[in-house]
Amino acid sequence: MYTIVDRQELTKRDMISLTVEAPAIAKRIRPGQFVILRVNETGERLPLTVAYSDALAGTITIIFQVVGKSTALLASLPIGDAIRDLAGPLGAVMDFGHVGTVVGIGGGSGIAVLHHLLMGYKEAGNRLIGIIGAREKDLLILEDEMNRLCDRVIPTTDDGSYGMHGLVTDALKDLVEHGERLDLAVAVGPLVMMRAVCQMTKLYDLPTIVSLNPIMIDGTGMCGGCRCTVGGERKFACVDGPHFDGHKVDFDELMRRNATYGRDERLSLLSSVRRG
Amino acid sequence: MARKVEHDGAVVTGAGLAAYCPSCREALTMLDRESGEVVVHLRVRCGEESGDLFLAPSAEGGRRASTLEICEDDTVDDVLCPHCAASLVDGQRRCAACGGPRVRVLVAGVRQPRLSSFCVTGGNVNALAERPAAAEKPRASREARHRMPEQDAVLRARDFSEVTYGFDRELAMAEAARCLSCKKPKCIEGCPVNVDIPAFIAQVKEGDFVGAARTIKQKNALPAICGRVCPQDQQCEEVCLLAKKEGAVAIGALERFVADFERGTDAVTLPEPAPRTGRRVAIVGSGPAGLTLAADLVLLGHGVTVFEALHKPGGVLAYGIPEFRLPKDVVEAEIAYLRRLGVKFEVDAVVGRLFDLDDLFAEGYDAVYLATGAGLPIFLGLPGENLCNVVSANEYLTRVNLMKAYLFPDYDTPAPKGTRVAVLGGGNVAMDCARTALRMGSREVTVVYRRTREEMPARTEEIVHAEQEGVQFRYLTSPVRYIGDEQGWVRQLECVPMKLGQPDASGRPRPIPVTGASFLLDADMVLVAIGAGPNPTLFAGCAGLERGERGYIRTFTESGRTSLPRVWAGGDIVTGSATVILAMGAARNAARDIHAYLSDGATDWPGATAGAA
Repeated sequence: MYTIVDRQELTKRDMISLTVEAPAIAKRIRPGQFVILRVNETGERLPLTVAYSDALAGTITIIFQVVGKSTALLASLPIGDAIRDLAGPLGAVMDFGHVGTVVGIGGGSGIAVLHHLLMGYKEAGNRLIGIIGAREKDLLILEDEMNRLCDRVIPTTDDGSYGMHGLVTDALKDLVEHGERLDLAVAVGPLVMMRAVCQMTKLYDLPTIVSLNPIMIDGTGMCGGCRCTVGGERKFACVDGPHFDGHKVDFDELMRRNATYGRDERLSLLSSVRRG
Repeated sequence: MARKVEHDGAVVTGAGLAAYCPSCREALTMLDRESGEVVVHLRVRCGEESGDLFLAPSAEGGRRASTLEICEDDTVDDVLCPHCAASLVDGQRRCAACGGPRVRVLVAGVRQPRLSSFCVTGGNVNALAERPAAAEKPRASREARHRMPEQDAVLRARDFSEVTYGFDRELAMAEAARCLSCKKPKCIEGCPVNVDIPAFIAQVKEGDFVGAARTIKQKNALPAICGRVCPQDQQCEEVCLLAKKEGAVAIGALERFVADFERGTDAVTLPEPAPRTGRRVAIVGSGPAGLTLAADLVLLGHGVTVFEALHKPGGVLAYGIPEFRLPKDVVEAEIAYLRRLGVKFEVDAVVGRLFDLDDLFAEGYDAVYLATGAGLPIFLGLPGENLCNVVSANEYLTRVNLMKAYLFPDYDTPAPKGTRVAVLGGGNVAMDCARTALRMGSREVTVVYRRTREEMPARTEEIVHAEQEGVQFRYLTSPVRYIGDEQGWVRQLECVPMKLGQPDASGRPRPIPVTGASFLLDADMVLVAIGAGPNPTLFAGCAGLERGERGYIRTFTESGRTSLPRVWAGGDIVTGSATVILAMGAARNAARDIHAYLSDGATDWPGATAGAA
């Protein structure tokens, strides 16, 4: 059992941050790695990326958006309650080299993952620029933390309620057209966003790392549910990734695969509502 | 003609023919102590009244007794199971003689189980009138092998409860009586862990079931599991002298019976533990090999911790083998037994990620056993393999077994669904996939296998069960391409017919494609069950560990010493995909060696020198 020691609601909507006691994982986890948790005995194995870890305090912090039954269940847990299972750290350990200027592009709850990844690039001595986007002001998360971490942060909102009016790709385009020299892009967010970023950075010949979120069960390379095509090869996101060269990822295939259980997810949510 | 019967004088019968409720599968047959006859116990409802009905079968049509007055002109409104109150009335047919309702029960015994229908009011219970074979005076050892009663194939194909009911006391004793007690028993050698089979069978013959369980447990810590999943037909039963005559003694069924019997009583006692040695062993992986080694070493007085990556211990027993073949409460009970012996289990502990070998030695473990299994799913690499609903056997079985997707949405994990399902492969895992798909509601399930039934590696019993349940088989067929629709879901499988050529390295005839004859098979779900490989995650935590050609861990002694000092390995991670009992046999060998190594404090490591070479 893994006790929840802190809980924050990051936005007016359903973006939750949970800090959980998991000393062994906190000691071992590297930026970009993820965990799989199971809230209770009947729960799914839910892969979630870690936003921060504190090896001294023995805690990890996960940030997630409530999108279905499992995330709703997780969001309902108060401080002091415990999560039944927490396995990790999972995913390959990334090699954060010194490349120069890294632009981090995050959308929605992906900003949490981006923040963790950028910490790795910061440690390696890179200059950081952050582009963080959301539909509206109230959904934008971790702006203060990004400001502390990055040399420059550009917030964007789809409706113009805060920061730049537009998409993260608009901000990226702006940046490049104003002559900013970029050496690496790191994009984390919805698949459509990452695909759009990759299409753009390909034109700029800017290497781009993306963080994929396919369906998975065990997270240790056993089920193959998370397989995706990268550069024409089959990769398991849980052990080979979840970070890949964005220019090589077959996003369309991944989008189709991620929709496999759409109907079941609605059914699951509905049945839990009915049961109260 | 009705008379009141006190049915507390009756006991449930075992031997021979018995009737079960098709819904709850409780026994309906009892032995009436007063008359010495087998009676069928039912509940009848006439209008507002209900009562018990006892039918005694006989060749003349049977005798009835009821706590309720039923006259010839009374209307029986319903006939129910006395245990679960499900209606047993056959909606399709009425009695030709009296027009009364007919009742459907599951009849099982020495023959194949089947649904049988008979009339209640007329007392015509001839369906049960056959005398049970076990009740006949048995001619010593000339009797045919007894079969375990099974659920009806049609009923069970939609149900996750266990297919076979197992022997009861009478059937077990009758089966044990068939053993010839050979002077030089071959069965012991046929068993990878050398269980003293004739000894435990002799105990069953005497009715000492708990003693029999203890005899087995001296060599095998997990008899309830092995009784169910060992390929006995290729091991102990294959070499039984009766195998070529009336059929081998049903060793597996007997093993299962005594293990279940012991578990069902309060007779499970812990063996006398050896004095603590103060040595500690870390076991990575909680499948059959890990559990066996844990049991052996803890009994020898060593401290044992088992690390499991998933949230539940058991490995393939928990995630792979389905509920209907190996109920999960059986696995949990065996693991609970190990916990009582003092074995510690650490779940959610992923080797190569959360910890590695150096961490274990730093924490003070004296020896490490790697038994992580062959967990990497193999795909065929054919075009279209990433279409939606092309799923590895591992994923499908894990969803259904470990995550209990068959109870979705009460459990949160869904499983993929298909109306027409193709299963690729011919091993036990393929059979498990096919039979699981039927139970998950698929209409048509076809196993696609490139050789013939002869060469299929699955246990015979699993193949037969799958056939009985309605799984189709396409032999000499090999897929070449998956075809999907516009939304990216699989719809068809393109296949080529094969013919058998000369034997290959495995000794089986090599399948050769017949060119120019490809055809399409409709399939909206494809389960890929063609095998598994070594999971690379493990090796991230085992720097310097030497591996063989196929990527599995290389061992240098029969006991499983690896190239790294104080590290042993066994089970599928050494041999590649094999069976539960072979993994247990490997663990048994390792246990002896680890114990010897820890006991005499020797520091030399023969494997290390060989490994360096």
